[in-house]
Amino acid sequence: MTDPTTAAAGTAPDLGASAYVTAPEHQMSGPGKPRSLWSDAWRDLRRRPLFIIAGAVIVLLAIIAIFPSWFTSVDPNHKDLSHSRETPSGAAWFGYDLQGRDVYARVVYGARWTLLVGLSASVLTVLIGAFFGIIAGYFGRWIDGLISRIGEIFFGLPFVLGAIVILNLVRNAEIRGALPIVFAVVASIAVLSWPVAMRIMRSAAITAKQQDYVKAARALGASAPRIIFKHLLPNCLAPVLVYGTIALGAFIGAEATLSFLGIGLRDPAVSWGVMISDARNYVRVAPHMLLFPAGFLTATVLAFVMLGDAVREALDPKLR
Amino acid sequence: MGRYVLRRLLQLIPVFVGTTFLIYFLVWAVPGDPFTGMCGERPCPPQFVAAMTDKYNLDDNVVVQYLKYMGTLLTGDFGQTYAEQPIGDMIANAAPVSVRLAVIAVIIEAVIGVTAGILTGLRGRGFLDNLVLVSTLFLIAIPTFVTGFVIQIVLGFQLEILTPTVSTEAKWSELIIPGFVLGSLSMAYVSRLTRASISENRRADFMRTALAKGQPKSRIVGVHLLRNSAIPVITFLGTDIGNLMGGAIVTEGIFGIHGIGKLIFDGINDKQGAIVTGVVVLLVLVFLLVNLIIDLMYAVLDPRIRYD
Repeated sequence: MTDPTTAAAGTAPDLGASAYVTAPEHQMSGPGKPRSLWSDAWRDLRRRPLFIIAGAVIVLLAIIAIFPSWFTSVDPNHKDLSHSRETPSGAAWFGYDLQGRDVYARVVYGARWTLLVGLSASVLTVLIGAFFGIIAGYFGRWIDGLISRIGEIFFGLPFVLGAIVILNLVRNAEIRGALPIVFAVVASIAVLSWPVAMRIMRSAAITAKQQDYVKAARALGASAPRIIFKHLLPNCLAPVLVYGTIALGAFIGAEATLSFLGIGLRDPAVSWGVMISDARNYVRVAPHMLLFPAGFLTATVLAFVMLGDAVREALDPKLR
Repeated sequence: MGRYVLRRLLQLIPVFVGTTFLIYFLVWAVPGDPFTGMCGERPCPPQFVAAMTDKYNLDDNVVVQYLKYMGTLLTGDFGQTYAEQPIGDMIANAAPVSVRLAVIAVIIEAVIGVTAGILTGLRGRGFLDNLVLVSTLFLIAIPTFVTGFVIQIVLGFQLEILTPTVSTEAKWSELIIPGFVLGSLSMAYVSRLTRASISENRRADFMRTALAKGQPKSRIVGVHLLRNSAIPVITFLGTDIGNLMGGAIVTEGIFGIHGIGKLIFDGINDKQGAIVTGVVVLLVLVFLLVNLIIDLMYAVLDPRIRYD
């Protein structure tokens, strides 16, 4: 009922002279050009407190991840065994870990690995899922059947199990260096999650395919790649992007879970999950080693889930 | 109906074969010697390697290996570990514990989640609605292992209300807290899903008709609204049973429960490929069958859905 077009249609007979103006002309007389889905969503988002809070937290985290030295001057790898497991104090806000390293500095330097994994896993999942989804949705028939069946196979694997098996392979392959380890974790998350993005994109593409503009483009002799990229993609992107934003938070949690199990990231890529995993055996004597990285992890996931919720509500007209 | 069930069962076969082959391939077709580090610091004696290669058909190509493995598995034989322990017995020992844990988790998430969802969905915006929204947001954001550890630290170590770990028997009463931890994330999703579904259906035509017919409120909500809102929630709970069985690895690890999750995790760490493939095949089967049952339940819940 709050939809402006239905409200305008309801009052149209009472408008006298303007009743003779047809609907499209009526719209043109509004201020400026008609707003697109994206600018509409953006105007909506800017007014939401949830979005502003989540956005501020994410920007702060991004700054911490890119410039950790702005936030601490302590070397996160400096070990001083005389401080081992010391509780928080003025000198070290979050205390020291088992090997006498400053937990605050390690949390600050860990932000980049956590965010890197979350962001790249989300991007890769959306890319793979959107690619296969749009192809399955546009071409249909046996291509759709094949892609959907393959998706079901990966979907049938419980996430943690699949990730353990895949990452175990990687561990046996003796991969060293921070970036290859990050890539292995990102790839295993994406391999297990793409069917969800694929299904979302596929159903959006099937709906969009039956629209008149696609039929018109095909009648004008446009090639399949042109129709897919020029017409389908811009119109199918919104739902899969919403999924990507919400999944980002979930993937950060997934990375922490995998690292916690000892198969995710490891030295030198020390994420919050790795810190929690290192602290798990000392929960009883030194809970601060676990609670500070866990708190940061929760706040980060919370920010991304809130952002995803806000974006979904802004982009989904049904929820308005 | 019978034909539909048959068709769905036939459709399950390629997915089952695909998923289990994928797992089999990932576990066994690893480049490199599968016996490195298995016999301590020394390389394994050649007799042992020959015996094991023969036992697990490691000389065949991976497709033949898979077919031979599935052949024995379908007769109910899960094979043996390298130490000649029958895997079927290990699963039979661990499964009841995991099933109990999963049942507790599903009951907790269904009861609390659905109740919270119905209450907020019916009342609309207000204090309760905001409370549930915020608390579900937190439950979604906190990873399971953090919830587990925090509960363990607070209830187990500081207040000393409960023993921080579960005994090997794993009685029902001991599993309530781990079950709550395991189900907490899904509980949040269930309550959000129920709320969305209820508040969407609240404005549906059939609700107005039922109200206009002068039916009592309990019947409108209990029969018309709930039955129509149940489908997405039940679908979610169904997929969750499969995830809970396998996803219990983390919870079982924190509370020291000897269930399926621990079996798999130890199997991977000890490079016992036969354990991993056996358990995963079983879990995939459970997952697929539960999904089939859920599909069939749609017709009971919503007679508009017809199978033909």
